[in-house]
Amino acid sequence: MTPFSSLRGARSATRQSRAVGGHIGSRLLRHARNDGTKFFLVLLLLLCLAIPAHAVRPDEMLKDPALEARAREIGQELRCLVCRNQSIDDSDADLAHDLRVLVRQRLVAGDTDQQVIGYIVSRYGDFVLLKPPFKYDTYLLWLGPGLILLAGLWGLGRYMRRQAGMTGPPPLSADEEGRLAQILKERAEPHGHRGSTP
Amino acid sequence: MRRWLYLLPVVVFALMAAGFYVGLGHDTNVLPSPLINKAAPQFDLPPLPGHDKGFSTADLKGHVTLVNAFASWCAPCRLEHPVLKALAETKQVPIYGIDYKDQSDAALDWLAALGNPYARIGADSGRVGIDWGVYGVPETFLVDQTGRIRYKHVGPLSEDDIKNTILPLVARLEK
Repeated sequence: MTPFSSLRGARSATRQSRAVGGHIGSRLLRHARNDGTKFFLVLLLLLCLAIPAHAVRPDEMLKDPALEARAREIGQELRCLVCRNQSIDDSDADLAHDLRVLVRQRLVAGDTDQQVIGYIVSRYGDFVLLKPPFKYDTYLLWLGPGLILLAGLWGLGRYMRRQAGMTGPPPLSADEEGRLAQILKERAEPHGHRGSTP
Repeated sequence: MRRWLYLLPVVVFALMAAGFYVGLGHDTNVLPSPLINKAAPQFDLPPLPGHDKGFSTADLKGHVTLVNAFASWCAPCRLEHPVLKALAETKQVPIYGIDYKDQSDAALDWLAALGNPYARIGADSGRVGIDWGVYGVPETFLVDQTGRIRYKHVGPLSEDDIKNTILPLVARLEK
């Protein structure tokens, strides 16, 4: 039997099964689909087990788990200046290793997290921070997206107002506005005793 | 309709293009150092084996100095070496070396083979390099008489850098 003919055979078999009892075929199909979904779900759960790999070496780690946890948090915020878009915790570079050791030494010496970060920043500048600080030379960076959004909303508002203006009546002229104000005032006058005007 | 509105996209594009063009010439490998105009860090580095003097903060006081972080394992340093040797021969500014994260025998071999332009060399395991904000070698610092860092060059110095940047700065600082 050539592969072709076997395929044809299988096809004719499905056709037959459909012809004989459609409900059995559809049940099988449903079953297969469930299996596929199950497989996919298991795969997804397994992917959740894949925790990010860190470059932190066992010999760097501190014995005190609280200090080590703080060191990890700081390490995630500091950029490795060799690989640029990795944190020092993620980077295998020699400098990243030195900085991780330095961070831990500062923590053991009793520095606060801010002091440790300040220590590194004073040597390497703000660029070493993966999250840029909010200050005069980063205003555009932080506020830029908001400004662009506002500009977009302003443009949209203008556009929509103009669209509305096209279908509605033309706006009143200054003369008409004056006359309208006059009319409203005259109307209000008979009930003057209820208002604040004498 | 206001005619100028039609020009707006063109203007915006022109501004963006100008920004990108300027950005093209910007070397992202060179990071600004926060140490410029600050006092050089405190350090005291041991000498290479067989050398009698190390290199410490005290050596920087009293005269303009060039501090060069190098390593025998660093290829661009090899490129820079003849430039530093030529500068040392002019005796216009003393050059001090920080041998960064190097093996001392390899460093000694390198100096024996290529010559030694340095007035003093300190062997650094990496910590002093961090204090200087070194993130790669070679890096070169110009330090004034008071021991303040005044200029930083990232990457190998070329003859042009020496002639057009370093020596004019040395002359200005020495005034």
